[in-house]
Formats: sequence, C-alpha cells, structure tokens
Amino acid sequence: MRTLNTTALSSTAMIYLALAGVLAVGGAAVALDGGNLFATANLVDMLTRTSLTGFLAIGMTLVILCRSLDLSVGYTAALSSLVAATTMDGQAANIPLAIGAVLLVAGLIGAANGAIIAFLKVNPFIATLGTGLIIKGYLDTEYKGPAGDVPAAFQQFGYTRIAFVPVSALVMLAVAGAAIWYLRSTRTGHHMYAVGGDIDVARMSGIRTTRVLLTAHVLCGMAAGVAGLLLAARFGTGSAEAYTNLYELDAIAAVVLGGTLLLGGKGGVAGTVAGVAILAVLDTVFNVMQIDPFAKDVLRGVVIIAAVALYARRQLDRTARRPRFAISEGRA
Amino acid sequence: MQRLRSAAAALFGGGTGTVFALLIVILAGIFAMNPGFFEGPSLMAFLKQAAPLVILAAGQYFVIVSGNFDLSVGALVGAQVVIAARLIDGEESRTVPVLLVMLAFGLTVGLVNGLITTVLKVQSFITTLGMLLVLYGAIRLWTGGAPTGALSEAFRKVGRHGIDDVPLVGQIPWALLVMLAVGAGAILLMRTRFGRIVMATGDNDLAAALSGARVATVRTAAFVLSGLSATIAGVLIGGFAGVSAQVGEGLEFTVITEVVLGGVALGGGRGTALAAMAGALAIEALFTLFNQMALPATLRPTVQGAIIIAAVAYAARQRTRPAAVTAPATVSPS
Repeated sequence: MRTLNTTALSSTAMIYLALAGVLAVGGAAVALDGGNLFATANLVDMLTRTSLTGFLAIGMTLVILCRSLDLSVGYTAALSSLVAATTMDGQAANIPLAIGAVLLVAGLIGAANGAIIAFLKVNPFIATLGTGLIIKGYLDTEYKGPAGDVPAAFQQFGYTRIAFVPVSALVMLAVAGAAIWYLRSTRTGHHMYAVGGDIDVARMSGIRTTRVLLTAHVLCGMAAGVAGLLLAARFGTGSAEAYTNLYELDAIAAVVLGGTLLLGGKGGVAGTVAGVAILAVLDTVFNVMQIDPFAKDVLRGVVIIAAVALYARRQLDRTARRPRFAISEGRA
Repeated sequence: MQRLRSAAAALFGGGTGTVFALLIVILAGIFAMNPGFFEGPSLMAFLKQAAPLVILAAGQYFVIVSGNFDLSVGALVGAQVVIAARLIDGEESRTVPVLLVMLAFGLTVGLVNGLITTVLKVQSFITTLGMLLVLYGAIRLWTGGAPTGALSEAFRKVGRHGIDDVPLVGQIPWALLVMLAVGAGAILLMRTRFGRIVMATGDNDLAAALSGARVATVRTAAFVLSGLSATIAGVLIGGFAGVSAQVGEGLEFTVITEVVLGGVALGGGRGTALAAMAGALAIEALFTLFNQMALPATLRPTVQGAIIIAAVAYAARQRTRPAAVTAPATVSPS
C-alpha cells in the first residue's frame, strides 16, 4: 500500500512539476516578448481552453486505464451538442430535459462501444472508430448546418466566470475530483486498474470484467456528452461540424501526457488534468506570442512524443519491479 | 468433400479468406446494378482510382502485422503532394529530382517513426499521432496555409494516364501497373526471411527476440516500407486528383479499416498482404456500389463503420471459439 502511494504520488508529482516548468518557461518567453502570461485575459483564455478537452480527457482516462480506447468521443460530443440545442429549442424550461437527454444518448453510445468491445471482442480501436464513423454518417446526412437554439440561461455555462475562473473549468475540475474519488475509493474504480493491468488475471480473480469495461465506456460517453453541452453553450446552437476538430486525438494526447499508460492499468485523472493544462498553457503562450498556429501543431506533436518517450524510460526501470502486480495486490 | 469443407472454412471462417468472399459479393452487387461496370474502360477507371489505397494498404499491412500502427500515412501523402507541387512549380525538368527528394522524405519519415517507436519505446499510436501533427503543421507552416506551385505534366502522367489503345480495355492505367508491382512486391517480401520475421515479431515479439530475430530492425523496416508506400500513393493521388490542402486527410483511418477488413489482426502476427489489399479493393468497390445505388455520399461513413465492426466481430467470434484459452481475446496493439 505504501509503495503504491509513493510511486503514484511521485509520477503525478512529476507531471505537475512539468506543468510548473511549462508555466515558468512560457511565462518567461511571454515576458521577454513584452507581455504578461499571467494577466487576467490570458489566465481566462488558458482556463477556458482546459474545460472542453478536460471533460473528454477525464472520460478517456477511464477507458484507457481499462486498456481500451474511445475514438468516437469527438462525434459523440458533436451529436450531444445537437441533441442539447434541439431539445432546448430556445426555452429555458427545457434545460433539465435537454441535459438528461444528452446524458442518456451519450451514455447509450458509450454502452454500445463497451458492449461491442466486451461481448463481441472487437479491438477497441476498430470498435470505436466504427461507432464514430456511424455517428459521422448520421450527422452528415441529417444536419447540413447548425441546428437548434440554446437559451441565454444555458449559454451562461459557456461564458460566465467567477473572478478569472470560467464556470465550465470549475465544473470540469469538479468532475475530475469526482473521477479521482471514483477511481480511488470505489470497487469498480479499483477494478478498472485490474482490468487494464491484465484482463485475464482480473477475470480469474473474480472481477466481472465485461461489467467494468461497460461502466468505463458509459462514463466516457457521458463525459463526451457534457463536452457536447459545453459546445452547445459556447456556440449557442448545435454544431455537427464540431467533430472536424479531432477532439478525440487531443483528449488521448492529454491523457498520455498526464502519465496514463496507453496499455492500461496505470495512471489517473489527476495526471490527466495536468496534461490538459500543459496543452492549454502551450496554446495560450502561442496565442499571446502570435506564433503561427501551424507551428503549434508541430510543437504539440513533438511534445507528446517527447513526453511519452520520457515516461517510457521511467517505465522501463519500473517494469523490473512489476508495478502492476504490486497495484493489484495492494488494492485487493 | 474434405477439400470443399476446408475451402468453405477458408472463405467464411472470418480469417483472411472471408474478404475475398465479401469482395465477390460486392462485385456481384455492382454487376446486378450495372452490368456495364465490368466492361474494360469503367473497370480500368475503378482500378485507377483504387490503386493508391491498395498501395497504402500494402504499406500499412507491414506495420500492422509487425504489431504497430501507422496513423501518419494520410498526413504523409498530403505532405508529399504539397512538396511535389511546391518544388516542381510547373517545371518539367525538375520532375525526376523532386521525385527523388520525395522518396528520401518518405523513407526518412518512416525511419523516424520506426526509431522513435523501437529505440525510445514510444507506443506507435503516439509516435505516429505525433508525426501526423508535425507533418500537418510543418507543411502548412512551409506553404503559409495553402499549397502553392504546380505539378508537371510528366509527374501527373503516372496517376492520370496509361497505355492507350489496348484492345478490349481501351487503356491500361499506369496506376494499375504500379499497384500490381507493389502488390507483387509485398507478397514476395512476405515470403522472404524478412517477411517471416515480421510475422513472428507481430505474433510474439519476445519469442521472436529470443529466437534471434532483430525485432527493432524489422519493425523499423516495416515503418520505412509504409513511408515508401505513402510516397508512391502520394505520386498517384497527386497526379490523379491534383493539389489541395485536404489531400490525404483522414486517409489513415480508411487504410487501417481496409487492412483490418482483410483479416489482418491489429496487434500483429496474423493475416496476409494479399488479403489486406483485397480489403482495400472491397471498400473501394463498396463505395462504387453506393454511387450506383444513388445513396447519399454522406452515408458512406455509417456503412463503413458498421461493416468494419461486423467484420471484426465475425472474425473474433470464430477465433475465440476453438482456442478460448490460448487466443488473446483483446490484444491491444502497442
């Protein structure tokens, strides 16, 4: 138990250290350029950027921990924004109904993903690529342009802020807190690590692995639904075009940047939040310094590869000590 | 009888044979809708259009069968077309030197992907995702957002033209000949020592390494082959469709779909190059069928998604039954 806590802490701490480093270097670079990274406008920009990727990345963390993947979240979010906007239809009274409808639809998509992976034994990459394509075809055929109307009351979710902290970022942090609690303190949360570590061992240890996979995917789908709600609140309407931004790749990048192993069984939501924040800080720094947006893509690619290469180096030392075994033993 | 049964098992067993059954069904569907499709010219036009994807599928096959992914091929195809247009800039005399530059670029991208994956131990999903972002950004950075320049006539010839005045078929496109050459090369390569090591590496890299295979070298070589195939496909697509900023976008997922449809298991160690290329032909034929059924093009992704899930689920069902204990039910590719 103790070894587990210290290793988990040190690796999460390392990521937050990296975040602090990025903030310091970014702040210095902006200062040299004659600006101030920590001016209110820039802080707002930074935090606003975290919320959308944040929701998606939190859900993605759960499925990646189970050694699964979800490439459909971008499409789920786009569909959710349409469901939200068309259900609200400009009426503030419809907001609770719309939120319920979005969570239901997004949860069902997640359940479909989970069922295809757990029962039909389809590789998660293919399964979620497939469901993503199915949703894409539906969106392209049914919605030629923006649809629905989001009442002003709900648009507050996209724009209101308390001091310099946007409400959406606060909600994202609350969801992150809930996810951290869920992974650390509930049975299913622990089982997610076990399933990701070794699904066969988990099954033989009496874990209902299909149920765990299904739960992770449903939660991931619902997180994408919340991201869709945020999209609707920001645009004031539902937008099918949202999926062209390839949010799913951003989310996966944030998760692995946050130290969660793509091969499952190791990592956590705290790291993911730091990963999301690192990407947001980089974006804001580029924005403030008015660097070509395409250079951003180049640097983002390099940062992601470099970060994972660093983690891989650490991981090599650790595999010698069989960390997964230690985790399942410590948690059991 | 025995032979008949084993033939049936090969066709419907969910392995590599199934894709040929699927291809025949789709072609039969096209024939039922439009018998004229199988007359020389329209068949040749179909093959010309499908050739780049078949070539990409051959390259992706090596990467997947060795146990990795290559998500960067779409961006690489786009980069190659933009590089060609910018460097050739309409000058016929520059065609060959620029082709050599493109070849070097494609091989280098493959080599970098391979080295990052094998030496730095970064999962190929992340490596090639990073490479996708880098290529996408770098190309637009270099051209200022929109592609500039123009391709030369000689460059466009391979993608557009062919051997004219052939009896029966009219024109044999160069693209088809390139496709056949690449296909034959891929199939022959899989029969060499190298091919066997690729397969063994994807099946169980530890066992392969313990048997003396140079796992890292073989996996890197697979990425280089993928870079090569993306370069060839880039030449064909550039010649056929011309230059635009969107060339190659999303191609990586289509190609992976096609290879997997061919019965090649993600995670490596299973499937044949021929079936992977047949998977590419099947998907392209399916799109042709949609056109003839006058289905809206926007529905394509939906059917593509449903088919890929169904195909893989079908294959998985067959595989888990006979050997439930030993078969790795959900192998996530690294």
